[in-house]
Amino acid sequence: MKNNKKQYWKGLEELTKNPEFEKYADKEFAEYLPINDESEGEGTNRRDFLKMMGFGIAAASLAACEAPVRKAIPYLNKPVDVDPGVPNYYASTYLNGSDFCSIVVKTREGRPIKIEGNKLSSLSGGGTSAQVQASVLSLYDKERLEDPVLDGKATTWDALDKAVISKLGSLSGKIALVSNSIYSPSTAAALDALKAKYSNIEEIAYDQVSFSGMLNANEKAFGKRAIPSYDFSKAKTIVSFDADFLGEWLNSPLFNKQFAKTRKLGPNKKEMSRLYSFESNLSLTGSNSDYRSAIKASQQGAYIANLYNDLAKKAGAPTVSAGKVGDSANLTKAANDLWKSKGQSLVVSGSNDESVQGLVNAINNLLGNYGSTLDLNAANNTRKGDDSKMVNFVKDLNAGNVSGVIFFNCNPVYDHALGKSIADGLKKAKFSVSTSSRKDETASLVNAIAPDNHFLESWNDAEPTEGKFTLTQPTISNLFNTRQAQQSFLAWSGDQTSYFDFIKENWKNTNFTNQTKETNFDKFWDQCLHDGAFEVASSAEAIEVGEIAVDYKARAAGSGIELVFYKNNSVGDGSQANNPWLQEMPDPITKAVWDNYLTISRKMAADLGLTPGDMTTKLVKLTANGQSITIPALIQPGQAQGTVGLALGYGRSNGGKVANGVGQNAYPMISYKNGFQEMAVTSGVTVELTDETYRVAQTQTHETYMDRSNVVQEATLSEYKKDASAGRAFPMISTYHGKEKPGNVSLWEGHKYPNHHWGMIVDMNSCTGCGACTVSCQAENNVPVVGKAEVLNRREMTWLRIDRYYSHTEEADELSGLDKLKKMEVPADNPEVTFQPMMCQQCNNAPCETVCPVAATNHSTEGINQMAYNRCIGTRYCANNCPYKVRRFNWFKYHDNRQFPENTSMNNDLGKMVLNPDVTVRARGVMEKCSFCVQRVQYGKLEAKKEGRRPVDGEITSACASACPSEALVFGDMKDPNSRISKMLRLEDGENGLEVKEERAYNMLEEINVKPNVWYLTKIRNKEESNA
Amino acid sequence: MHAESVVRQPLVTGGKTVHDITNDICGRVEEKPAKSWMLAMALSLSLLAIGGYYVYRLLWHGIGEWGLNKTVGWAWDITNFVWWVGIGHAGTLISAILLLFRQRWRMAINRAAEAMTIFAVICAAMFPILHMGRPWLGAYWALPLPNTFGSLWVNFNSPLLWDVFAISTYFSVSLVFWYIGLIPDFASIRDRATTTVRKAVYGALSFGWDGASKTWSRYETVALVLAGLATPLVLSVHTIVSFDFATSVIPGWHTTIFPPYFVAGAIFSGFAMVLTLLLVTRKVYKLEDYITVQHIELMNIVIIVTGSIVGVAYITEFFIASYSGVEAEQYAFINRAFGPYWWAYASMMTCNVISPQLFWFKSIRTNIASTFVISIIVNIGMWFERFVIIVTSLHRDYIPSSWAMFYPKAADIGVYLFSFGFFFTAFFLFAKFFPVINMAEVKSIVKATSEKTDK
Repeated sequence: MKNNKKQYWKGLEELTKNPEFEKYADKEFAEYLPINDESEGEGTNRRDFLKMMGFGIAAASLAACEAPVRKAIPYLNKPVDVDPGVPNYYASTYLNGSDFCSIVVKTREGRPIKIEGNKLSSLSGGGTSAQVQASVLSLYDKERLEDPVLDGKATTWDALDKAVISKLGSLSGKIALVSNSIYSPSTAAALDALKAKYSNIEEIAYDQVSFSGMLNANEKAFGKRAIPSYDFSKAKTIVSFDADFLGEWLNSPLFNKQFAKTRKLGPNKKEMSRLYSFESNLSLTGSNSDYRSAIKASQQGAYIANLYNDLAKKAGAPTVSAGKVGDSANLTKAANDLWKSKGQSLVVSGSNDESVQGLVNAINNLLGNYGSTLDLNAANNTRKGDDSKMVNFVKDLNAGNVSGVIFFNCNPVYDHALGKSIADGLKKAKFSVSTSSRKDETASLVNAIAPDNHFLESWNDAEPTEGKFTLTQPTISNLFNTRQAQQSFLAWSGDQTSYFDFIKENWKNTNFTNQTKETNFDKFWDQCLHDGAFEVASSAEAIEVGEIAVDYKARAAGSGIELVFYKNNSVGDGSQANNPWLQEMPDPITKAVWDNYLTISRKMAADLGLTPGDMTTKLVKLTANGQSITIPALIQPGQAQGTVGLALGYGRSNGGKVANGVGQNAYPMISYKNGFQEMAVTSGVTVELTDETYRVAQTQTHETYMDRSNVVQEATLSEYKKDASAGRAFPMISTYHGKEKPGNVSLWEGHKYPNHHWGMIVDMNSCTGCGACTVSCQAENNVPVVGKAEVLNRREMTWLRIDRYYSHTEEADELSGLDKLKKMEVPADNPEVTFQPMMCQQCNNAPCETVCPVAATNHSTEGINQMAYNRCIGTRYCANNCPYKVRRFNWFKYHDNRQFPENTSMNNDLGKMVLNPDVTVRARGVMEKCSFCVQRVQYGKLEAKKEGRRPVDGEITSACASACPSEALVFGDMKDPNSRISKMLRLEDGENGLEVKEERAYNMLEEINVKPNVWYLTKIRNKEESNA
Repeated sequence: MHAESVVRQPLVTGGKTVHDITNDICGRVEEKPAKSWMLAMALSLSLLAIGGYYVYRLLWHGIGEWGLNKTVGWAWDITNFVWWVGIGHAGTLISAILLLFRQRWRMAINRAAEAMTIFAVICAAMFPILHMGRPWLGAYWALPLPNTFGSLWVNFNSPLLWDVFAISTYFSVSLVFWYIGLIPDFASIRDRATTTVRKAVYGALSFGWDGASKTWSRYETVALVLAGLATPLVLSVHTIVSFDFATSVIPGWHTTIFPPYFVAGAIFSGFAMVLTLLLVTRKVYKLEDYITVQHIELMNIVIIVTGSIVGVAYITEFFIASYSGVEAEQYAFINRAFGPYWWAYASMMTCNVISPQLFWFKSIRTNIASTFVISIIVNIGMWFERFVIIVTSLHRDYIPSSWAMFYPKAADIGVYLFSFGFFFTAFFLFAKFFPVINMAEVKSIVKATSEKTDK
């Protein structure tokens, strides 16, 4: 075969070696093909086109069906304390501006998801506020700074430190360190270190709402520039002059708790406190008061002076010259009550006028309240701001006398009345640095930003009340390239120790040595960190309160309309304005969201010619203190005649995407008188109606309860004392054999609850309406934020709402039928207020359960009406048939949807870290509602089961009940005879199962016999005349 | 004494012969579509397209496209549903109950009325599906289908489930009844067909009808059996629809008067809709000899009777509310008449109670134009009746804090238009391609009553 050279040929041409053939022999196609021509030339040829088209189609289709990459990375080495699915709790402290709260942070798999009150700390009484609850979402705010900033550009910490140190060192003039009140001992120590290096630093503290007047008055009277700590729980009579201690005044979680304690009633406690309030805007305190007078802001001094005179006459003390007041009846009554409860009463004022606060001191002294309801020895450190210093700073800044400014976690360009001149003056400073965690109104004007951590990423300590300490510990490592401000101060002072060690060292030298219980510092530290709190008897000399000299100068009366500023319970001072949970939390009084507005009286609306429609009003032009804004007007019952109210905290321009453009900024309208911040403008205010229509979104538009005794049942204290069931309505059903209680007439056989039967009590007497529960519920249950437009469509998603009703005693009139009904819809000018938290009532005969065609909502063996989201097809029949209207429908897809950018907890990757992994994020088209926090119930049961025991009362509680500062909500097992709920309801076995013996307890809408598991306790007002 | 019965008015006028009938009716199917038909069809299709856009938006974005809210969970959707179901009552009533009562005047109108029923029920059925948050699941989860999801089963307590059964039974019986009636007429068209396509299509549609005596006998037996089956359905469907409301706890819904009141209302609106459509068809197809003024007058009498029943029911509701002593119930009714939706209530009262009373005047009830106008007014009124029941009861029920207004959005109107688009498209297709009058039945009365044969 080797030599066998066989030749194979394709055709004759090859055999004959035709030159024409040879030429194309190596080509694929021997003949001429036009395609080859094109490939020689430039541009795209057919093949390229096909290739590109093929690639294009493949790429497009690949992109279209791109599967989201979801990485779940298991622990290679599991951290010791982290068990997937098991939450860890860390005691910590919420610190924001001048506000604080002792808290416990719940973390799951290393991320903080929920905040609870710290029951071990006496500082905030174990309660929380809405802002504290919401702060966990602020941690996951994508708009926080991700890197330090130098001259407008992101930089590294080393570069920043170098620049700051060289700049600060080179400044010869004054360096101002502007902050809110600082009451963290270790922060103060760190600042001392900084001051030691740069001796030209001067600290200037301010508070958004100043307490300078009170501080000065106290300094004069007691020689100590401090705010006393208050104990409302010891007070039988409380008189508040525009001090919204249940809302935003000083330490509302604690004050709520103390106040609620005096409002609890039961078979063994038939006495409660009486609260008088004299105020211009209807505040939470005013709405919880037994007697409320709507007064002009300029009249406050006169009222207090008259009260002083009344008491001074009784005590035989010198009187002052006081002007006339309008509502002297309530004032005389208050004076009598105060005098009767000497030593157990309290008078507070929100005034920032030194002489007025001096009078208040004198009144409390006349009443012997120092040492009982007021304690100067345990002073409240949380408000130290000095107005005059701040005003001088602004002057110096503009005069060019300040060469450097350090803004320590504050934003005065926005939240100070002189913000604009601070912004202008900053140009004259040679160097400015801010530790703000976002590029806010102030930080956007400075040379360098050293972004601080969120408090949940920080170590810190605080001494909000003298001798009472609280610790902050990080619950997550830094999300961004941020550094704690105190660490920055240490770095700039040349100290390389970590702030954590610094605090520890500081505590070792101070608190550890001041106690004797523990001898080992590490043990002491661990215990303090575990508890989050440490208390030590004050070593300072006790202050003896003697005679207080009265130096009251009556002020000129106001003229014309008076503008009164207030902080509401949701957005507060505006520092957390970028938090959508707070923006969508209804204002406890107006029930409006996503806006501020001018609250005006009905009479003023009529004078202006304003007739608002359903959430529709008009813009008004408000001019005060030389500033003008156009803002919607909202009729507010209880607004003092001749006054208008305006909330601070809105109108951010650099607050973030959520905050910007919501409402108008009221801070620039605040004026200063004799160097003191004035929370009211009492002259030169004009309000003009414009033609522009505006819609204010409210979650509740009907303001009265239409005299429906099946909804709100209330009585006065004297009636209650005579008959514990006063105010109760007992509907009866007529049957063929006479009248029957609704519970005895039923189609249903009822459910058997062999193990647990969960229930809740809502004490309308201690609920102050603060709204902490609503935000707690939102955080716990992954409730979406829907934005203003959807609230205008009446589609807010909150599972828990607080209904706010106005009522008043009707004078006998001839009205009947239709006219009467129409009149009932209109609240009085100075109404009584009732707050009624409403969540799913978990009916035992649930009307929603019977109507669902697919049984997606059904009853558990523990009395909980449960929702199977997966099964729901969204007919909304259940919501229609719910007499309490607590069911919420997913009208749209609220998660992963660009249509709802406000819903940051579901629409960006960082925000989603706040979601509770134990609760499903609901899909579009399904119904949802309060579940009685079934995930918490389940967790508690499982924990108990693991330990082979029954759950102990109190270890299982709903998110709302645990957040409530006033313990108005009590959750528990009604099958457990020793549970708090069983005892409060005084449950006894009867013919039809458990019977409730507590006279105040009622089910809402008892006559339709849906048998709710939520019990309301009647509202009792401490009033003399009946109010039926 | 000797009594002689009055000579009955002929039911078919114009001296029609059997052959005339075939020509008149089949001719409409066989001839080229008229310009007016093309125009009407174009309008219907554009309605369908515009509505279709909103249906798309609704399905793509969610129920939030409608104006519903936390307080008012149903509004236009269920209003439209009940309204269309009501309209869908007349067909079966005319065919079944009037057949059993041997009312032969029904023969000229039953075909169109039944067709209208079928289409109206389809329109009605759209809404329960479209109104669901998750129709892609709900459309079959609401049926008691054996499944692999475990022990999941429908909730037989729920009136919505009863609706599913009521509507589907009614729809299937009506469809079968209607179709069986069509078979001999399809056969006539088939037999007259000149083109192969027509022959094939109508041949298939007529199921091989051979016109034998035995076939006719079976046909009539089936018709009678189906009429017997359909009769209780006329009463049951709207009774069950009314249970959606009557079994609830909502004041204004929770009332025992609903079943008869809903049935009367359904017949009322159904007859009105039949009149609206027939008056147009009669004019366009020149069927004046078949659908005579007598027909119109008789139907108008039914409208007076049912309209008056409905009116009495409205007043009774008020009486019961006041008599009950239930505060929420009393308020619900006062609010209905004098609250923010007073205009809806006033429209309902004017359209449903006052306007049909005009039919007491013979000149009005025998006048084509006035009948046409009033028939439309009645249907507007009946739409408002459902709106009033649903929205004004929900928007202010027990807890005043949740009281809210309902404002419709574009999609509310759009989806309603979609149902109209579908209804008219289907009806015009029917009018063109199906015999609009039951020829077979009408022929049975022509001999006895037609003038020509008398001569």
